[in-house]
Amino acid sequence: MCTSIIEIARAEGMAKRGDEWFPLSLAVVAYDHARHAPLGDVITLDFINITLDPGARAGIELTLETAKELRAALDRAIAAADFEEAEVRGKGAVLSLVRAAS
Amino acid sequence: MSFYRGMTCENVTIKGDQGTPITAYVAKPSGPGPFPGVVLIHHLPGWSEFYIETTRRFAHHGYLAICANLYERAGEGNPDDVAAKVRADGGIPDAQMVGDTEAAVKWMRAQPNHNGKVGLFGSCSGGRHAFIYACQKREVDACAELWGGRVVMGKEELNAKTPVAPIDMTKDLSCPLIGIFGNDDRAPSPEQVNQHEAELKKCGKTHEFHRYDGAGHGIWYWHRPLYRPEAAMDGWSKVLAFFGKHLAK
Repeated sequence: MCTSIIEIARAEGMAKRGDEWFPLSLAVVAYDHARHAPLGDVITLDFINITLDPGARAGIELTLETAKELRAALDRAIAAADFEEAEVRGKGAVLSLVRAAS
Repeated sequence: MSFYRGMTCENVTIKGDQGTPITAYVAKPSGPGPFPGVVLIHHLPGWSEFYIETTRRFAHHGYLAICANLYERAGEGNPDDVAAKVRADGGIPDAQMVGDTEAAVKWMRAQPNHNGKVGLFGSCSGGRHAFIYACQKREVDACAELWGGRVVMGKEELNAKTPVAPIDMTKDLSCPLIGIFGNDDRAPSPEQVNQHEAELKKCGKTHEFHRYDGAGHGIWYWHRPLYRPEAAMDGWSKVLAFFGKHLAK
């Protein structure tokens, strides 16, 4: 690979290809030249299952700027979700969020 | 007239690394030959249309050409999806690439109308791979490395699949090398290209490096915004002249 900027994370859930959903095993984040987007270098997100055929993949190419916006949106949604979890279940969340929810 | 030369194209199965069967696309110019050969090593985006077309382009210019699918073990599918699966698996081992490429070189040398000369051609990760192969084996006569990333590698980048930085293999380079690079590229960066060339000079290796202003990575990729037509055509002429010089018999 031309850049060595790649991060691989476990992924539990499902992704869609065409009309079908498939179970995920990995989320791969990289920064490299775009394959499809009419851009130079991009953040690529691949949600895949390497135990299935290569088509078991939801691929995304994002500009660095909009990838940062996605990261911020994820952070906000995850913080809110942690808050919700704390409120509903009362445990398993960050202590400060549990206090905030009470 | 050779400009309107016909060709035959097909897929063949070759015995890749450790005897694993892999598919290779071959293009053979019409006529009795003998023809020089080019072994293409595809880039990180996989065994893609660009590489299939480039294989035919070499045949158009009078070369027997072969491009093996280095990602065959990941399964069949759209080249992008296959490449993504390979990336998720941390890429392919350098040693496996050498075994697969060796099979392609053997196929070339077995062709009855081959002139006995073999050139290697690769871009992006394929450029890096071509350089590695030309350092580890002594059976090719010329090597074209186009914007090969990660020839220069930090110790922290080395792992079981890429155990040695290619730049550290330079002393073993077995044939003349041509390099094509964009000065706006960051992988390899101009500084890394300079390091690469300095090592070649230090080891007394025959080489020619061509650097293009206003161009980054993937200068020849006509389907990408990275395409730079003037630099691409100049680079093509340099590579064809280089192969013409070193692969003639």
